[in-house]
Amino acid sequence: MIASVLVKRAGMAIVTLFGVAVVVFLLLRVAPGDPIAMMIGAGASASDIADLRARYGLDQPLLVQFGIWLAGVLRGDFGVSISLRRDVLELLAERLPATLELAGLACTFAVVIGGAVAVLGTLLRRRKGEAVLDGVNGLLLAVPDFVWALAFVLLLGVLWPVLPLSGRMDPSVGVPFVTRFYLTESVLTGRFVIAGDIIAHMVMPVLALALPLAAVIARILKDGLSEAMVQDYVLLARVKGMSELRLVVGEALRNAVGPTLALTGVQFTFLIGGTVIVERIFAFPGIGSMAIDAVINRDLPLIQGLVLVFGALFILVNLAVDLAVVALNPRLRHG
Amino acid sequence: MFKPTRRETLALGAGGLIASMIGPQGMAHAAVGNTLTIAFNVNLPAFDPTVGPSAVNPTIQAIYRSVFDQFIAQKPNLSFEPGLLTAWGWSDDKKSIWMDVREGVTWHDGSPFTAEDVAWSLQRAGDAKTGNPIQFIWGTLSNFKVSGKRVTADAKQFDPALFKWMAFLTGYVLPKAYYEKVGAEGFEKKPIGTGPYMVDEYQGNAFLRLKANPKYWGGKPAFETVVFKFVTDATSRVAEIESGSSDVTLEIPYEEYDRLKAKKGLAGVATPISDIGMIFINNDAKIPKEVRLAAHHAIDKQAIVKRLLRGYGVPIDTLQAPEYEAYDASIKVGFDEKKAAALMKAAGFGPDKPYKTTLQTTRGLKPKDYEMIQAIVGMWRKVGIEAQIEVYEVAKHFELRTSHKLAPFAFYNWGNAIGDPSTSTGHAMFSMSPHSSWKTPDVDAKIGPLWGEADEKKRIAGYKAADKYIAEEGAVIPLLQYVQPIVFKAELKVTPNVSGALQPTLVKKA
Repeated sequence: MIASVLVKRAGMAIVTLFGVAVVVFLLLRVAPGDPIAMMIGAGASASDIADLRARYGLDQPLLVQFGIWLAGVLRGDFGVSISLRRDVLELLAERLPATLELAGLACTFAVVIGGAVAVLGTLLRRRKGEAVLDGVNGLLLAVPDFVWALAFVLLLGVLWPVLPLSGRMDPSVGVPFVTRFYLTESVLTGRFVIAGDIIAHMVMPVLALALPLAAVIARILKDGLSEAMVQDYVLLARVKGMSELRLVVGEALRNAVGPTLALTGVQFTFLIGGTVIVERIFAFPGIGSMAIDAVINRDLPLIQGLVLVFGALFILVNLAVDLAVVALNPRLRHG
Repeated sequence: MFKPTRRETLALGAGGLIASMIGPQGMAHAAVGNTLTIAFNVNLPAFDPTVGPSAVNPTIQAIYRSVFDQFIAQKPNLSFEPGLLTAWGWSDDKKSIWMDVREGVTWHDGSPFTAEDVAWSLQRAGDAKTGNPIQFIWGTLSNFKVSGKRVTADAKQFDPALFKWMAFLTGYVLPKAYYEKVGAEGFEKKPIGTGPYMVDEYQGNAFLRLKANPKYWGGKPAFETVVFKFVTDATSRVAEIESGSSDVTLEIPYEEYDRLKAKKGLAGVATPISDIGMIFINNDAKIPKEVRLAAHHAIDKQAIVKRLLRGYGVPIDTLQAPEYEAYDASIKVGFDEKKAAALMKAAGFGPDKPYKTTLQTTRGLKPKDYEMIQAIVGMWRKVGIEAQIEVYEVAKHFELRTSHKLAPFAFYNWGNAIGDPSTSTGHAMFSMSPHSSWKTPDVDAKIGPLWGEADEKKRIAGYKAADKYIAEEGAVIPLLQYVQPIVFKAELKVTPNVSGALQPTLVKKA
């Protein structure tokens, strides 16, 4: 069953990515803003402008431009960034790990906090504590990630300056890394001082990204748990004398987690989208902050590469979630 | 021998982790030592200062000037001084140029800097294949010859601003031998220059760490290490300086500037820079002259500066800022609502029968740009001009500007770090320039003969006359000269740069 889901989704993923590539390519060409106009000097002549246009391949017909780009992508050549003057694939490989570590940590934190709040809320149901918890959760839901980011900057960066405000690590750190997964690598190689510095730089962006997601997870999971808590198997377990905590965690949670998992997958893709603003605020060098610069500079090859990466990430995450849901649900697993 | 158990190892790891998370903050708040940390407002996209969009970004020149040297250097007041060229000039017949190259200079890799590097850099800059955006200047030079420390070249035509460009955008000397050895990509990965600082570590969108060049020909820099943190969000830059994480920052809201400079331990300096806010007028819109002039007279620039910019701005009536060579204080348009109303009446318009038009503007690019335009629309309404505001992005503005399709009125800014009139009035108002939105024979007739004018006094006088004519014709609406706010730790001394480039060499310990 899982194998057939995998094959079907992989086929759909290719079609979706192709669709994304076509739409992005066309949208970028019809969207206002000319990258060449932004880089010509005041006295440039028409032939100077034409030379620059030809240099970046923008003088070709649209279909030819698309064909060249697509053929390149299929060969693993995403072109050269107009503003950064470097290979797009190399740039993406350089920046993506930072965003993946950030988003991964934020998602883990959101799942842990959201899960804990949902369990606590279920344990406190129909008590005063439930209303308080729901109120706090509502607040977390209502405030977007960038507002959290700015609030943390003021709170933990200025008023009580205990955390670094910007970057991925202290600029004075000169430790060479083999991979671009700095946090993972420093933990795995036992360089805990470096890991601590990296985590310190990630605390505020992770919190800003995680809190709204944690609130969503808490609400959905709590609804699922509340529904499961009135099912016959839970009542039977209660009659057997099982404690409330074991009832929630051991019995109800397993059945309530499916819809939450599916939703977390969808929300994770939004979380990656949220990195664009949050990375900007914290000067975090991932693909999010690079995306803003690429758009401002109308760096067409880089924007196209970034959108494809975002698209691939969304597809992969959703695929993983679908597989996890199938694996966790016996009814789906056995058709 | 101490053999930790698994539990002890985990405990030690966790302890180290927590200690390191708290530890570095103590360092961040330390007083300025040998490291200068600048919370910088733009990212550094690429190291090669001669190609791509970053080459024409005036702010990034602060970084380029730290790593590389320009052919000719520029003082903070925009005057020129020897850089890697110690002397320069035109031949008597104005058909060729000569340049004497500084001796005893070395590249960051220790190899000697030579006259060949200068000739190659100029030749490369003029080669259309490299994509240099100022190729229209460098491409006029050819037939380079090197003899000892002297470089000569033929010029297609006499350009009085040529040597000024050598201190401006893309006017940098790059290492011929090294560049040819490592190529463009290798140079981006490990750039070297002759400048006061050497690249030590670079993380795009995060930071650039520079080390002092001990052999710098201009003397060893004041700081051992300089860190440019790329903090593009203004709120985050305010937090960087307020928390003590950075020593200097720039381009923050004026409200924050006033608040921060009053804080203990911080100081500030706000200087008018070579960047002006202006409203382009598109001649294709055929706006009657009376309406153009009325639009100018109706704007109370002083009130805009005072109320919206907290006094940080210099109202101007020509495209020359007071620091520029061709600035003429006698050219005044002035705020006169009655005169504006009379002009509108003469054109057949008034508050009851308004002249309808469009005014394009950026939003958030420059301090209070959108609010300023809203105020102007309000002022115009009083005299009978009904303008619809249209917000555009930077990329859209340039696309419209270079294709001569800007709206009848369009707000943007214009930088001119060399202060020459050709790079302000010249390129902004001459029809052949892709950046001009006013393309008329009468203005061309004033500017055209000045491009090759060899008599400098005559040239400057010519531009003053052109500016006067442009003001009388209402061909453009200059608004104000921007003021750049810089906040820094009180133990530092910052010399503001009129070009707007916050170079680390202009920061010293007080």
